[in-house]
Amino acid sequence: MRPFDYVRAGDGRQAVGLHEPGTMYLAGGTNLVDLMRLGVAEPDRLVDVGRLPYDRIEPVPDGGVRIGATVRNSDLGAHPDIRRRYPMLARAVLSGASGQVRNMATVGGNLLQRTRCGYFQDVSKPCNKRAPGTGCPAIPGEHHNLAIVGHSDSCVATHPSDMAVALTALDARVHVTGTGGDRVVPMPGLHRLPGTDPQRDTVLEPGELITTVELPAPPVGRSTYRKVRERASFAFALVSIAALLDIDSDGIVRECRLALGGVAHVPWRAARAEDALIGSVAGEEAYAAAADAELALARPLPRNAYKVALARNLITSTLRELAP
Amino acid sequence: MAFLTVQVNDVEHHLDLDTRTSLLDLLRERLRLTGSKKGCDHGQCGSCTVLVDGRRVNSCLLLAVACDGSQVTTVEGLAGGDGLHPVQEAFIEQDAFQCGYCTPGQLCSVVGMLDEGGPSAITEDLSTEPVLDAAEIRERMSGNLCRCGAYVNIVAAIEQAAGVAAPVAQAEAVR
Repeated sequence: MRPFDYVRAGDGRQAVGLHEPGTMYLAGGTNLVDLMRLGVAEPDRLVDVGRLPYDRIEPVPDGGVRIGATVRNSDLGAHPDIRRRYPMLARAVLSGASGQVRNMATVGGNLLQRTRCGYFQDVSKPCNKRAPGTGCPAIPGEHHNLAIVGHSDSCVATHPSDMAVALTALDARVHVTGTGGDRVVPMPGLHRLPGTDPQRDTVLEPGELITTVELPAPPVGRSTYRKVRERASFAFALVSIAALLDIDSDGIVRECRLALGGVAHVPWRAARAEDALIGSVAGEEAYAAAADAELALARPLPRNAYKVALARNLITSTLRELAP
Repeated sequence: MAFLTVQVNDVEHHLDLDTRTSLLDLLRERLRLTGSKKGCDHGQCGSCTVLVDGRRVNSCLLLAVACDGSQVTTVEGLAGGDGLHPVQEAFIEQDAFQCGYCTPGQLCSVVGMLDEGGPSAITEDLSTEPVLDAAEIRERMSGNLCRCGAYVNIVAAIEQAAGVAAPVAQAEAVR
């Protein structure tokens, strides 16, 4: 690991002030410390934001909730209001990582974690995300767990977060602060597709710091989060889904939210599937049509075409489970 | 270099150290508390699990400097004096290990886990406080690997320590 300076920030303004080229923010460290050990991240300075006072979960007047960026994943998943009002979020957080990691990992850090693509994490290999312009060996190589939608010739990495998938389905608003002042970034919209510059995971500018994630009042309907992975626990998603469904007394879909994890460089809001479903008669036919509408966008690689069928089956079976 | 104050097993330490030092390396190499083990050094195996301010964490992923002002409990401090912690006793009674390398991390993880409560990823009803049955234990302990595969007896030991199974009956059932 390369030597670095370490400073613990007392508040957000101080943290931003301490940020200069070569600086990285450290929160839980569950991803960053590992990347530093692997030689993938080589900061000159760490500004520790893990104990900043953004550690509360509190209701807001419009019926929503404000979640501080330094709230630990374990506290978010265990919070009574989150469990009761945003069950897809509680389930998504509880299905990520291990008990130990959830105790360390923060909300802000979870959103900004890097891909677990094996080439990105191996400094002996080319990777456009880690070393722009060196190429993407995953495209001709090992990509069975990588993207099927939204990828480019430069990068087929996936975003690994479960929490972000639920936040994307719930129209979260991410509050950030930086030298240019404060602003709000909507989800979807925080993460970006790889295009020709996959080194940029998000739309955040250097030095911008996530302070809070705000959720609007939960939409009416039954919701859940389901995750398919290679072992029963403590593994990243092959495909995951955050889903909400509300059907009126005539059997018509009134509201629907669908977001997929493990399929793209971003937590993937399945807007086409939602559009296809809302207003249609709930049932097998509509669920299949919605899944097909979304997955018409899929451009699988030779070794991950199975994810298209997996995503289709996950969408339809989850909707079936949510229908009363 | 950085200066930090950390309390480990109720002993306060004032230390100058390289900012790159993990909490695990501080414990093992500087403080000679070699109970906490280095397995993968990537947060994937759990053998380095300790309690920081009462919560179980992977000490390999924690920079020591980030623990300034924290209270750390390692396997050496679990019992808090002579004798054994009830979780340690349960591991012995249920023969919950073979080589023992993962055991200090398992023990600290169990002690932290039993304090956590709330639902897990497999809990059917999120509004309830689930019974800590074998499936719940396995889910909650998925951050601790055992290459010997002593999981059956580890689960039995945790059931005993959690009081959801009578010690003798459980031990007999496993044998």
